[in-house]
Amino acid sequence: MTAETILFYVFAGLAVISALGMVLNTRNTVASALSLVVTMVSLGAIYLLLEAYLVAALQIMVYGGAIVVLFLFVVMLLNLSTDEFPPGRQRLIKSAFVIAGVAILIQILIAMGNDPLFATPPEAVPEGYGGYRQVGIQLYTDYVLLVEMASLLLLAAIVGALILAKRKID
Amino acid sequence: MLPMDHVIALSAILFTIGVLGVATRRNLIVILMSIELMLNAVNLAFVGFNRIWSQTDGVAAIDGQIFVLMVIAVAASEVAVGLGILLAMFRNRDSVNVEEVNLLKW
Repeated sequence: MTAETILFYVFAGLAVISALGMVLNTRNTVASALSLVVTMVSLGAIYLLLEAYLVAALQIMVYGGAIVVLFLFVVMLLNLSTDEFPPGRQRLIKSAFVIAGVAILIQILIAMGNDPLFATPPEAVPEGYGGYRQVGIQLYTDYVLLVEMASLLLLAAIVGALILAKRKID
Repeated sequence: MLPMDHVIALSAILFTIGVLGVATRRNLIVILMSIELMLNAVNLAFVGFNRIWSQTDGVAAIDGQIFVLMVIAVAASEVAVGLGILLAMFRNRDSVNVEEVNLLKW
């Protein structure tokens, strides 16, 4: 087992544990948001191990930084009471949800174990894979329309968030 | 070299945790965080599969990573609008419990 593989398992375990901590923590929403940071940063480290360097940097900056800070900001702004898992009949329905979800997951994992795609390890990456140069060139030539659409989407999101969060529209 | 099947398995596990968070929790903030978790799981699958098919004829192929950048853009705008809705909801109902919002329920 190489050092890379060991690091992968460490970060994978960290990501799963903190994701579970985020979903199962019903008392403290701030702690949930902080668990989310741990998940995001672990995933960033896994992207580094997968040699996607630009994506790893953006993952930590945008997800671990901006998005989670936005969550924390809103949690601090609101005065939240503690949440509970629902009582009675609803609890039954939601347990059925959990069992079905886990069953489907196991099914997927078994199906993946038999897939010949994963039988051979992937070959070494070519020169420039995952660096900002390669990604940037492709982003502004083949995918330039996608970039324009993303900019329109972000503009619409800014306007939408402003209107929604405004106290009153005069 | 990383075991790629375990990378994709991690993605499936994280996605399941996100789905279960959306299905079982009632706090809208945690539901939004679970949606983020699901988007992240999909990103991991994109990067993993991109690592498997990392080249076409010796030239680096990074289309999966481009899609990840787009998913990050969508996630950022989704969080901004979602938290705007959450603030408006808290202002009107004094709560972020999704079960108390049933205005459109028939």
